[in-house]
Amino acid sequence: MYTIIAKTPLSHNVSRMEILAPPVARKALPGQFVILRAMEHSERIPLTVHDVNTQSGTVSMVYQVVGAGTRELDSLKAGDSLHDFVGPLGMPTRTEGLQKVCVIGGGVGCASAYPVARSLHEQGCQVHTIAGFRSREFVILEEEFSRVSDLLKVMTDDGSYGEHGMVTDALRALIEAGHRYDQVIAIGPLVMMKFVSLLTKEHGIKTVVSMNPIMVDGTGMCGGCRLTVGGQIKFACVDGPDFDGHQVDFDEVISRSRMYEEFEKREREENCRLFRQEVQ
Amino acid sequence: MERNMSLHKVPMPSQDPQERIGNFQEVALGYTQEMAMQEAARCLSCRHRPCVEGCPVRIDIPGFISQIARGNMEEAYLILNRDSALPAVCGRVCPQESQCEQKCVRAVKGEAVAIGRLERYAADWYRHSACEVPPRPQPNGHKVAVVGAGPGGLTAAGELARMGYAVTVFEALHLPGGVLSYGIPEFRLPKDIVMDEVEALRRLGVEIRLNTVIGKTLTVDELLQRFEAVFIASGAGLPRFMGIPGETLKGVYSANEYLTRINLMKAYQEDASTPVMRGHHVAVVGGGNVAMDAARCARRLGAQEVSIVYRRSMKELPARQEEVHHAQEEGIIFRMLTNPVRVLGDDKGWVRGLECVRMTLGEPDATGRRRPVEQPGSNHELSADVVIIAIGTSSNPLIRLTTPGLETDRRGGIVVTGPEGLTSRDRVYAGGDVVTGSATVIQAMGAGKDAARAIDRMIRAGQAPDETMI
Ligand SMILES: Cc1cc2nc3c(=O)[nH]c(=O)nc-3n(C[C@H](O)[C@H](O)[C@H](O)COP(=O)(O)OP(=O)(O)OC[C@H]3O[C@@H](n4cnc5c(N)ncnc54)[C@H](O)[C@@H]3O)c2cc1C
Ligand SMILES: Cc1cc2nc3c(=O)[nH]c(=O)nc-3n(C[C@H](O)[C@H](O)[C@H](O)COP(=O)(O)OP(=O)(O)OC[C@H]3O[C@@H](n4cnc5c(N)ncnc54)[C@H](O)[C@@H]3O)c2cc1C
Ligand code: SF4
Ligand code: SF4
Ligand code: FES
Repeated sequence: MYTIIAKTPLSHNVSRMEILAPPVARKALPGQFVILRAMEHSERIPLTVHDVNTQSGTVSMVYQVVGAGTRELDSLKAGDSLHDFVGPLGMPTRTEGLQKVCVIGGGVGCASAYPVARSLHEQGCQVHTIAGFRSREFVILEEEFSRVSDLLKVMTDDGSYGEHGMVTDALRALIEAGHRYDQVIAIGPLVMMKFVSLLTKEHGIKTVVSMNPIMVDGTGMCGGCRLTVGGQIKFACVDGPDFDGHQVDFDEVISRSRMYEEFEKREREENCRLFRQEVQ
Repeated sequence: MERNMSLHKVPMPSQDPQERIGNFQEVALGYTQEMAMQEAARCLSCRHRPCVEGCPVRIDIPGFISQIARGNMEEAYLILNRDSALPAVCGRVCPQESQCEQKCVRAVKGEAVAIGRLERYAADWYRHSACEVPPRPQPNGHKVAVVGAGPGGLTAAGELARMGYAVTVFEALHLPGGVLSYGIPEFRLPKDIVMDEVEALRRLGVEIRLNTVIGKTLTVDELLQRFEAVFIASGAGLPRFMGIPGETLKGVYSANEYLTRINLMKAYQEDASTPVMRGHHVAVVGGGNVAMDAARCARRLGAQEVSIVYRRSMKELPARQEEVHHAQEEGIIFRMLTNPVRVLGDDKGWVRGLECVRMTLGEPDATGRRRPVEQPGSNHELSADVVIIAIGTSSNPLIRLTTPGLETDRRGGIVVTGPEGLTSRDRVYAGGDVVTGSATVIQAMGAGKDAARAIDRMIRAGQAPDETMI
């Protein structure tokens, strides 16, 4: 059993959860993820490691409630336990030897981008961060980012907070202002990572993206997380989740991520119905 | 006792094909005591015991069968259990026709003695009878780690625990059993049986640490600091794909993913939280047990048409005969000498079919099987809304990449120096599919058993138990 030490809401549908799991805490590095199951019959949900505390043996993740599985997770509170928790999985993000990096986070992807930015910052790398959100009420981790960034731009799609526009607008502006990055690291919705990669390709800036295809085991057994990178099949859970953004076939990943749309919709409705019954 | 000279095995009662394609309950229902005794009476108790030679773990076959013939079921079970930790499993899933039963003298004229069915009978009898729980063995003060809770790892753990070792099994998934849990479906191997066997190991004192990936959560070197030996039985690894266009379309699965969703995550149950696509026309590429299991699952999930697409002929199908037979009864179509060259998709990225070519069999290749050769101009389309690829596996890199000095072969499989499973690393042993590539349950068990004995010898030859380890 893996005890929930703390649960903190960050915005109206995003929360941080801290889990007691000393063996995972000892090993987890930025860019890696865990897979958890809230209850005995739950789905396996992959979530990026947001923070670890090796002293207390805890691991934190930030999750957004998007469907039945994450809603079930969200129904638990501090003091409860998760049924299963395994990790750290995947390869850590490579941060060594970089001098100047632009870290881009989109929505809940900012939670995964933060440990990368912090690790770069701690290694003396110059960090520019662009954090994009739909609107004001979705903004998370602004203060955390400001502490580890030499420059922080918060963007909202509707201009209700920070600057008006997409993360690619901010990136283009920075590049045009003459900033030369060794690398861009983008973590967020697939469409965002796709457009960041298209932009950086034009400018010849190496770009690393963190892919989150649908996964089952997360150990390289099922092949469900496969994607095409540079014309070759790769498994995101063992070869990634980080890949060269200029090599990833985004359209294919985007299409595959919709494989269970119908099922997910049904589950979500079913789940809401049960939820309403409980409340009544 | 009257010998039964019938040329045929006592038939196995089984669920009616029309009925069973609507459920996931076990297909073969098992012998009654009367049937078992009648079948046991077909064994001639041959002096030279050819059948035993065919069994990878050398079960005393005439020995246990003659006990069944006399109605001594507990004795029969105890004989089986001397050489096999999981007789209820092997009796169900061993490819008997190419192992023990292949060597049976009764097969010269007529059918072999139904060794597998009798093994299953004795094991099930034991499971259902309240027999005494064997006493917990006296601890010997030594600790051994096992990686992977599949048949190889569980067998090694059981052997070592019975010798008094404190054994910890590290398993990546949230359930033990390996392929027995996530691969082989309920209708062929009820999961209760696997869980009962695991429970029996826990009663022996074996600790099973789930949700622990060796190479990630802990490394082999870290295990070596806490344990005197490590046995790696992490299984066959990553699924292989064909490398043809369209394999990433929506609706294309590897058999591992498809079966894991169904078996491990219970996607066949109405209220499951993990989805699986239920197609109307399902094409399964491959001809082994894995392909049969996937095809038969698809049928049970409601597909109207399920076909096996295989590039050789019926004769070369590597699957167990019984599975092929059951699949045929269930209406699975066998498209032999057919090879896919492209997965076809629609404009929304969903699979809509397979483009295939016909094959003919040419000269025998290195494996002795005739090599399939493409017939030019034979391209044709097969419609399918789900395609499942079951063409084998290649090795998983997690342990290889994190264990310096561990020698692996060209395929990435762990190299062992002999039948006992010692690897190029001191105190590290390996066995089962991770060494041989996809093989059989009983071979993995045999490897687990051999390694357990070798580990015991190695540890006993070493120094007295370290006090801190007790
Ligand atoms: C390596 C990795 C890291 C991730 N990190 C985070 C994170 O830090 N925070 C966060 O909020 N989310 C993260 N995700 C996404 C998260 O796993 C999914 O949002 C979650 O599984 C959705 O489950 P659901 O049942 O609530 O939603 P559903 O209704 O089932 O699905 C909603 C969406 O989630 C995707 N999804 C569904 N099941 C899975 C699955 N098993 N694996 C991956 N995606 C799935 C679907 O494509 C769909 O777009 C990560 C995914 C991966 C693969
Ligand atoms: C669908 C299917 C049907 C089959 N049907 C038959 C049949 O009818 N008859 C037959 O004899 N054989 C059959 N086989 C083959 C047989 O199941 C295997 O040969 C056998 O299970 C191998 O046993 P194993 O112990 O080596 O590995 P596995 O059973 O694969 O077990 C390995 C275990 O190790 C775990 N693991 C892997 N990596 C790690 C890690 N890094 N850290 C911790 N744990 C790890 C895995 O999660 C798994 O639980 C079938 C296989 C499949 C896939
Ligand atoms: S273990 Fe398998 S091969 Fe050996 S006797 Fe039993 S069924 Fe035959
Ligand atoms: S070869 Fe056949 S008949 Fe002879 S002992 Fe073995 S099972 Fe019995
Ligand atoms: S999630 Fe199964 S192989 Fe990656």
